[in-house]
Amino acid sequence: MSEKETKRRDFLFTATYAVGAVGIGAVVWPMIDQMNPDASVKALASTEVDVSSVNPGNTITVLWRGKPVFIRRRTVEEIAEAKSVKMEELKDPEKDEDRAKNPEWLVMLGVCTHLGCVPLDNKGDYNGWFCPCHGSHYDISGRIRKGPAPTNMEVPKYEFVNASTIKIG
Amino acid sequence: MSDHDYTPKSKAGKWFNDRLPLLTLANHLTDYPTPKNLNYWWTFGGILTFCLITQIVTGLTLAMHYIAHADMAFESVEHIMRDVNYGWLIRYIHANGASMFFLAVYIHIFRSLFYGSYKAPREIIWIIGIIIYLLMMAAAFMGYVLPWGQMSFWGATVITNLFSAIPLVGEGIVTWLWGGYSVDNPTLTRFFTLHYLIPFLILGLVVLHIWALHVPGNNNPIGIDIKKPSKDTVPFHPYIVIKDGFALLMFMIVFAFFVFYTPNILGHADNYIEADPLVTPAHIVPEWYLLPFYAILRSVPDKLLGVVAMLSAILILAALPWLDTSKIRSAVFRPLYKQFYWILVADVLILGYVGAMPAEGLYLLIARVATAYYFLHFLVVLPVLGLKEKTLPVPLSITEPVLGGSPNLATARNKESLK
Repeated sequence: MSEKETKRRDFLFTATYAVGAVGIGAVVWPMIDQMNPDASVKALASTEVDVSSVNPGNTITVLWRGKPVFIRRRTVEEIAEAKSVKMEELKDPEKDEDRAKNPEWLVMLGVCTHLGCVPLDNKGDYNGWFCPCHGSHYDISGRIRKGPAPTNMEVPKYEFVNASTIKIG
Repeated sequence: MSDHDYTPKSKAGKWFNDRLPLLTLANHLTDYPTPKNLNYWWTFGGILTFCLITQIVTGLTLAMHYIAHADMAFESVEHIMRDVNYGWLIRYIHANGASMFFLAVYIHIFRSLFYGSYKAPREIIWIIGIIIYLLMMAAAFMGYVLPWGQMSFWGATVITNLFSAIPLVGEGIVTWLWGGYSVDNPTLTRFFTLHYLIPFLILGLVVLHIWALHVPGNNNPIGIDIKKPSKDTVPFHPYIVIKDGFALLMFMIVFAFFVFYTPNILGHADNYIEADPLVTPAHIVPEWYLLPFYAILRSVPDKLLGVVAMLSAILILAALPWLDTSKIRSAVFRPLYKQFYWILVADVLILGYVGAMPAEGLYLLIARVATAYYFLHFLVVLPVLGLKEKTLPVPLSITEPVLGGSPNLATARNKESLK
C-alpha cells in the first residue's frame, strides 16, 4: 500500500462512523439510565420523626429512603466517652462535635460502610455498634474502630424542626 | 463438521439434508470418535446438560406462579409451596437443582484440573467454561434473592455493596444496580428479569463449549493426543451415551434424595422469614457453593482489596492454561503435581468450611493461610512445577500398554522396540 492522500471517501467513512456512534449512544443511554432511581423513589426524600418518647441510653431505628436510620439519645457518660477519643486512634478521624451537633442526639445511617448490613447496638469492643456480617466495631459516635469497614457510619442531612421532632433528608 | 461424508439413506432425508444439514450434524454427534478410556469423571458434561435443562423447565413453571414484587414475592413463594399443584415439588427441584448443578460443575472443573484438560489445544473450551461458571454464580445469586426472605434481602445487600468498593464511581454503580437507595422493589424486578435471561445465555455458551470441544476432541485420562478415528476411539453412540446415561441415573438418585428427604438442608432457615430492611440476621452466609470465595473476601482486612482478591480468585482460572507450564496434561504422569492437586482440593474445602464460620480468631487465621496458599498454587507452584518436575514416561497410545502384551508400560515399550 502506498501513502495515500486523504480522499473524499475517507471523509465519508469517518463522518458515517461518527454519526453512527452518536446514534448508538443516544439509544443505549436511555436503556442504562432507566435503571437509576425513578421519580417516585426520589420523591420519598425526607421523613419527620417524633423523638419525644426516646429515653437516654436508647436507640430508635426509623426507615428513610429504604434504609435504617439510628437515632440515639446518648447519656452524659456516653457523650464524655465519645469526646475523649483521640484523633490518632481513629481510622477515619472525625470529631464527635462534627457528627452530633446536639451531643445528646446521634443521628446516623444504620448501615455498615463495609457491605451494607445493619449493625447491632450496645455491642462490640467500643460500647457502640457491632456489625454481625463481617465484624466491624463502631464506637458510641458511630466511628469505625476495628474491622473491615473503611469509614464511619454516615450522618445524613437532618434538622430539629422543634424540640421533639427531627426531619431527616 | 463431520470427518467423513454422510448421505441420508432415504430420499426425503437427502432432500431435507441438502437444504439444512441437520442430519449431517446428528450423524457427526452419534459417530463422534471418543477416547475409549474415558472414566466416570467424564460423565459430568452430560450431567451438567441435564442440570441446565432441569433448571430451565422448573424455572419456567415456577415463573407461571411467582410474583416479582417486594410486597408479594414472599407470599407467592409460600403460595407455590402450599396451594399450587405439585408446587412444592417443582420448587424443591429448582432450589436443590441449583446445588446439584454446582456440585456437578465443581467435579467437572476439578476433573479438568487433574487431567490437564485446559491445556493446548483446549484453552478456548476452558475459558468458555469459566464464563459459564461466572454466569451460573450470577444466576444462582439472583435466583436466591427472588423468594424475598431475610437471607435473600441481606445477601443481595452485601453482594451488590461489593461494587461500592470501586473508587469514585462505586456508590453511583450501586445506586444504579438497586434503582434506589437500598435493595427494594426495583432491585427485585430487575433481578427476576436477569435470572430469567441468564440460563438462555448459558445454553448458548454450552453450544459453543461443545462445538469447541468437538474440534480437538475429548482429552482422556492419560492426557495424550490420539488419532481419530482409530483403535483408540469408540463412537459416541452407543458407548458414551450408555455410560453417561448410567452415571446420570446415579446422580439423579442423589438429587432425588435431597429433594424428597432433606429439601431444606442446603438452605437457611432465615429465608423463611420475610425480608426486613431494619434487621440483619445475626449470621449471614451465602449458599455453600460460594463459601470458598466468601472466605477469601473476608480474609482480607481491606474493603477494596478484599473484593479484588475474591474476583481474582475466579478470574485467575481463566489464565490457567498459561500459568501451568507443563507440557504433560494428565496428573497420572506428574507425581509432584498430583500431590499439589490434592493439596489444592483440601485448600478449597478448608476455605469453604471457614467461609461458613464467623470471621474471627482461629477461623480468620486459617482463612488467611488458605487464601494465600490458593494464590500461591496458581501463581508460583504451577509455573515452577512445569519447569522442574520430573514426569513419568507417557505411553504412545491408549492401547499401547494393553496390546503390547503387558500391563506394565516399560515391558510393553521394550517389546515394541524389539520388533
